[in-house]
Order: sequence, then structure tokens, then C-alpha cells
Amino acid sequence: MKLNELTIREAREGLKNKKFSSVELTKACLEQIKKHNPSLNAFITVTEKEALEQAEKANNLLLQGDALETMPLLGIPIALKDLFSTKNIKTTAASNVLKDYIPQYDSTVVGKLKNAGAVIIGKTNLDAWAHGSSGENSDFGPAKNPWNKEYVPGGSSSGSAVSVASDMCIASTGTDTGGSIRLPASFNNIVGLKPTYGRVSRYGIIAMASSLDSIGHFTKTVEDSALFFNITAGQDKFDATTLPNPTENFTKSLNMGIKGLKIGIPKEYVTSDLDKEVKAKFEEAIKIFKGLGAEIVEVSLPHTEYGIAAYYIIQPSEVSSNLARYDGIRFGDGREAFGDEAKRRIMLGTFTLSSGYYDAYYKKAMAVRTLIKKDFDDAFRNVDALISPVCPTLPWKLGEKINDPLKMYLSDALTVTANIAGIPSLSVPAGFSNNKLPVGIQIMGKQLSENLLFQIGQAFEKATNYYKQKPNL
Amino acid sequence: MSYKTIIGLEVHVELKTKSKMFCGCSADYFGQKPNTHTCPVCLGLPGALPAPNKTAIDWCIMIGQAMNCQIANFSKFDRKNYFYPDLPKGYQISQYDQPFCEKGFIELSTGKKIGITRVHMEEDTAKLTHQGDYSLIDFNRSSVPLVEIVTEPDFNDAKEVVEYLKKLQQIVRYLGVSNADMEEGNMRLEPNISLQKEEETSLPKYKVEVKNINSFRFVEKAIEFEIKRQAEILNEGKTPIQETRGWNEIKNKTISQRIKEEANDYRYFPEPDIPPIRFTQDQISKIKSQIKELPDEKLKRFQKEFGLSAYDSEILTRTIETAKYFEEAVSAGKSHKISPKQIANVIINKKIDVNVVLPAQLLQSIISSSQTTSIDEGKLGEIIIQVLKEHQKAVSDYKSGKETAIMFLLGQVMRQFKEKIDANKVKAVLTAKLK
Repeated sequence: MKLNELTIREAREGLKNKKFSSVELTKACLEQIKKHNPSLNAFITVTEKEALEQAEKANNLLLQGDALETMPLLGIPIALKDLFSTKNIKTTAASNVLKDYIPQYDSTVVGKLKNAGAVIIGKTNLDAWAHGSSGENSDFGPAKNPWNKEYVPGGSSSGSAVSVASDMCIASTGTDTGGSIRLPASFNNIVGLKPTYGRVSRYGIIAMASSLDSIGHFTKTVEDSALFFNITAGQDKFDATTLPNPTENFTKSLNMGIKGLKIGIPKEYVTSDLDKEVKAKFEEAIKIFKGLGAEIVEVSLPHTEYGIAAYYIIQPSEVSSNLARYDGIRFGDGREAFGDEAKRRIMLGTFTLSSGYYDAYYKKAMAVRTLIKKDFDDAFRNVDALISPVCPTLPWKLGEKINDPLKMYLSDALTVTANIAGIPSLSVPAGFSNNKLPVGIQIMGKQLSENLLFQIGQAFEKATNYYKQKPNL
Repeated sequence: MSYKTIIGLEVHVELKTKSKMFCGCSADYFGQKPNTHTCPVCLGLPGALPAPNKTAIDWCIMIGQAMNCQIANFSKFDRKNYFYPDLPKGYQISQYDQPFCEKGFIELSTGKKIGITRVHMEEDTAKLTHQGDYSLIDFNRSSVPLVEIVTEPDFNDAKEVVEYLKKLQQIVRYLGVSNADMEEGNMRLEPNISLQKEEETSLPKYKVEVKNINSFRFVEKAIEFEIKRQAEILNEGKTPIQETRGWNEIKNKTISQRIKEEANDYRYFPEPDIPPIRFTQDQISKIKSQIKELPDEKLKRFQKEFGLSAYDSEILTRTIETAKYFEEAVSAGKSHKISPKQIANVIINKKIDVNVVLPAQLLQSIISSSQTTSIDEGKLGEIIIQVLKEHQKAVSDYKSGKETAIMFLLGQVMRQFKEKIDANKVKAVLTAKLK
């Protein structure tokens, strides 16, 4: 096995036992990037020099013995979605507006990763400002799906998902406002976590829609996801919306199995709109859960159908305000550099917040938000977790939906509700379509139930081992 | 035609907290080198988030409490969206429909109550300096805590406005939450002025907002000017334009700045970066307990406790420093049998600078000015006889009923003593001798 194909756990073991050095591991990833990034376009910036310096430092620390105990990611190459502010490293949001912007500070998560010893290998591609479901809204060109380069990798965290799926790094960060981690994770046969809203600091991450943005990550396995979450989760005095709950050890219940757990299937998520192959994979997954001893019951989330409508009012409203600072006065290029999708959302949001329309749109959407939250609260009184497909369709071809924003928006129909309700959701691989495109399922739990999601995800992963299949690059 | 003047007031007070409203930068920007008190938050850099300053919120509530407001159990911040180069985020974090404090009042000396609509918390903007064909932005002021106090349109003349403003300034200074210095811009005011025809009962359909007023003197002038200007327009049968005007202190007039066709659409919505804030009754009471005696209470107490006149009490309580000084002097003066009235008189009449003269020094000067050497009775008798002999005319004047003549004689006697002697005692002896 090549070093760049390792998981976090495997890389840690190898580094600990001195089977290889961090520099060797980092070089393996850099080589993979050099080889495949030209065709996959996963990275906007590759920080080769800095990464090798960090790897050298990690090598020295590793020689000193127990550094891995206090620095759980010591020497491990990590990629960052290019929304995460990185001190002295260009942070573009994949928009021409910020194409030359170099932040003077690190986002909280980047600081935590650095403190954990991670080697930052580069900044990944995305739909500009995280606006999109396919990755095609990037001003730096779309990232490609490593399973079939004619297909989209899913967005908005397109490059982060591709970089992990194609073994250009060991793990990567993402943001999920309406599905931007889970959808690309499912399109790439990898694990994506959208944590509980407020469980990971948003400080320093370029905001899309502040009340919906969740900061998560992509990993090759569920266990890696839990390991990564151990580092990023926790209250931050710089983000007033972070939750005060003490963080736990997220690997503790990984291998407890799911026997006796009650898992709900929201009937509104499994409709005739679902692609046949997606539906078939989901039904297979249900069988596996049953086989693992879980009790499967049907539940109802009655306001699901209003999810997209509410989301496409709340989200652009916040976007229109959050993008106001990009006025070209102090940094970045002028507003004319915004792409079509950003302009579309700025106009939508400005309209829905305008006096005379606020009550009819924003206020009503917030009322729907309360109802959707209540749907989940009610459901979680009866079940431990919910499972559903991540995306109603298989990955689509590049260009297929680019001129039909509404169709593109509908690909988030099954993911936006978790953001609206602020609950955590874990996307895990669930197999492949006939033409070998990945399909994923999501496991949703009540607020702060990430441990349970890892437990369920781990059981499913152990039973299926889909993650072991790699794209043929 | 005669009109009733209707004035409402918006006042912004900058708090003197150590740090800014939403970041750890120093809020003390006055006279500092431009752009030295900045960070990603107050510069509005991508990804930066606001972390609210608890002290500032407590102080805002304290101001509301001092102005007899109801304090909200549930409140939140909102975004006020508008573009201006001094506003780095493209929106100001303010409060819209659920401010911390509402429905208060301030009582004027006439007993008239001015209604306080709301007291809310927001952040200051950066400062623009225009030079020739370019403008400079200093972000030191960006995000300094700002409290906005809005009144009902309850004022009917400039005098009431000035009294209210002085009271407000005095209250926030008493609370120790702001320097409220108008020249430094810690306190900014915007009156809304309109005139109502005598027979009208509803508020006028227009109002004129006046900005750029940086002293109490100018607010009076600006209001007087507006009353005259608007009356002239109304006399012609027209309605003044709803607009924002600026006070020009050189031309001594208000000048049109911006004509408001409609209200600005600020697209307010709840600030998603700051969770709503809930206060328990206990927390609200705790903040209230931090409020020490306010000017009105102190004034009443001074009258009652020290037997001072309202006039004296008002002067002594004008600033908390003077009041504190007075009380220190009174308590120290007890052992010397110096009355509060004596101390009050000296402070007021001699215009004592409380920052220079220590209370102990003040007492010393009162003591020494009233201390007299004991008089040699024999020497006094001799001198009196001598003086009466030399000033026969005055003696006869006195005896014929011109009582003031005794003061002349007293003066003559006193002159003979080099040391300070008790004039009352001398006068008594002198009177006896003249009988």
C-alpha cells in the first residue's frame, strides 16, 4: 500500500513505529497531487514548501518519543477547504474577488490542527463562496470526480472530497451549510461529518450562511472522522455560537455495535423522486442495519417538503449580508468580480430581507425552521437515529445542471433539513451504481449525538468495507 | 401663526469599556495613531466573528435602569445592512425590535417627564477623514461600544432639550460608563424637530433631523434656527421637507444634507453570529445593584441630610467628583465642628477646584480663617477710648441714629491690631462703650 493511501490511524501507527517518516508521507501525497491534480483540479493552492518544512519539524518531534500523545495529527498531511483562513497563505473562497487575498490570521480550526501537529498540504477547490452542489461554480474551474472524470464530485466542498478520495492527503476539512460535506462525501465514496451546529468553531472560516454553516471534515474511515473530531470540536471564545458542552472522546463508543438501537427511516425522504439505483442502495443498507441487530421503523418528518423553500430564503438572506464586506475598498477585487451564483444569491437575499417582504419570506421561513426542528425533536423521542440517502440522485455529468439552478438546488433536498435543525449527520459510503459511481447514506442524530453517529457508522462500515474500494485514476 | 414645537432626540453615547464591543482591541481610540487598535474582527476581515462584550451589555442595561426603563428578559442583536466606507462588514450590529431597555423616562426640573422610547446597544463605525480628493479610514473607532438612547417627541423647546441632555450626560458620568464628552465625540446627538399647528392634535407629517451638533450651546442654536426656518415655510402655507440637515457653526445655520424620500431600508434581521440573550430577574437585579446613588437622589439627600438649599445641592451634585469631595470634607469637618453649610459655601463661593485642593487642605483653610487670637481686654478698652476720641463725628452720627457709623469705628479699632481678632467680640465691647 502506498503511504498516501493510509488512514489517519494507519499513518499514526506507521509514524509511531518509525516505519516511515512524516517527510516520506508528505512527499507521497505531494507526488499524488502532482500526478493527478492537473486532471482532477482538487487544489487551488498546494503549499509544498510549507508542508515539507512542517513535515521536517514533525520528523524531529517524532524522534523525541511521545509527541504523538499530545499531538494526535503529528506529521499527517491535511488539506483545507479554501474557505479556512490560513495565515500568510492565500485564501480565495474559489472566487475571483479574493483570488489574491492573504489572511493575516488562522481560523480557529486551522490553529487547532496545527497545534495537533498536522501538516497543511494545501487549499482545496470549492464552489465559489460554497455556493453550489457540484463544484462547478468555482472561478478556478470545476474539480472532477475521481471515479469518473466526466462527472461532478459534488459540492460545495468539491476539492476537499476529491483530495481524500484520490489519496492526495489523509483527511481534509469542509463546511456544510446545506449538504456541502455530505453530498461530495457520498459522491466520492468517503466519510463526511456535518457536526451539530456550534460544535466546531466557525471563527476565521469565510461565512456563507452563518446560522447554517457547520464546520466538518472528510476522512477515509469513520474512525478517522472521530479522531479528527476530537481535535476540532469544542467551545471557542471567538465564536459566540459555539456550544459550551464539554467535549468527549469521540472514539469511545466506536465499536459498541448497534444491536437493539432503534433507527428511523423518514418516509418523506424515500419518495418516487428518488433515483432507482440510489433507492436500491438505500434498501440494501437498511437490510445491513437489520442484520446488525438494529430495529428499523418508519417515521414521519411532516415538514420536509418545505425544507428547500425555507433554506433558499434563510440562506441567501444571510449570504447577501455576509458578502457585503467584499466591497473592494480594503482587500480583494470589486463586486463586479462576483460570479453569477453569488450575484443570484445576493439579489435573492436582498429581496427577501427588504421591508414589505421580510414578513412574507424571512419571517415565514424562520417559522418553518421551528417546525422542522420540532419534526426532528418529535422523531428523536421515538428513535435513536435516522438514516436516509444523501442525495436523491447519482452524481451527474459536468455541465448537466449548470444552467438550471433550481434543479441544482433540489439535489440538497435531503441534506438541508439537518442544517435547518442544527443536528449532526454523518455521510458514509453505501456502495456503487451500475456504472461504478459512489452512493452514500446519511445517519442523523439529535444535537450533540456525534458519538452515536460514529458508533452506527462504524458498524455499517465494518459490515460493508466499501471504503476499501479506490477509484481507478 | 403660532406653532407648537415638537422635538424628539436620539443620543449616542460611547462606552468607556476597556475593550471594544465585539473584540479584544482597546476601545480607547482618542488621539491614538490611526489603525493601531485593530484586529480581524473590527476590520471585518473574511471569517471574523463578533464576540459580545459582557461589560458593555451590563452598562447599557445600567443606563436603561438609570433612565427608569423596563429591561427585556429576552433580547437579541440585529444586523443593520447599509453600505458606507466606514462600515467594514457592510452592516452594523445593532438592535432592532427587541432592545435591552424600553419605556423609561427622565424627569425635568419642572416635573415634566420626557419619555424614553428605548436604550439599545450597537457598535461604532470607523472614522473617515476627507483630504482633498481622497479619504482615509481609521478603524480604531470601529466597533467601540455605542449606546443609543431614543426619546419620545416630548420636548417643546430647546431649553428642555438642553436640560435633558445635561441630565443624561450627568447620569452616564455618575454611572462611570462614559466620559460623555461631546467634543471628543463620546456623546453625539440628533434632534428631530417639527412644528405642529396649534389646532392640530396628531404629530406633524414631516420631521427634520439635525446632525453635526457637538455642544449644548449649538443644540440650542440649531433648534432655535430650525423653529424659525420651519415657521417661515409653514407661514407660506407649505410643508417643510423631511430631511437631514447639518449644523454649520460658522454660518450659524442648518444646511440640508440628505433628503429622505422614504425611510432607508436597512434590511434588519437577527444577527446569526450572536445567540439571543436571556436575562433572569436575578441578573437584572444584580446589574441594578451596581448602580450607586444617581444625581437626583443625591440632590435630595444633600438637602435633607445636610440642610442645604436646592441651589447649593444642585451645584454640589453636578459632578460626582464634587459631591464626593463635599461629603469627604463634611465627614472630616465634624471633629472640627465645621458645618456642612460652611463647607458648601466655601466650595461654591470660592469655586474650589476639587481636583487640586484636597479636602483636608480645604478644612485647614476654613479653620485658619475663623481662628482668632484672644484679645487683651485692657488693650482693647484703651484703643476703643482712643478711637472714640479721634472720631467724634462718627460717634455723634451713631448716637443720632446712624447705626452704620459703628462699622467705621469698628474698622478703626481693628486696624490697631496686627493679629486677627474676633470682630464680633470687638463690636460688642464697642457698642457697650457707646451707650
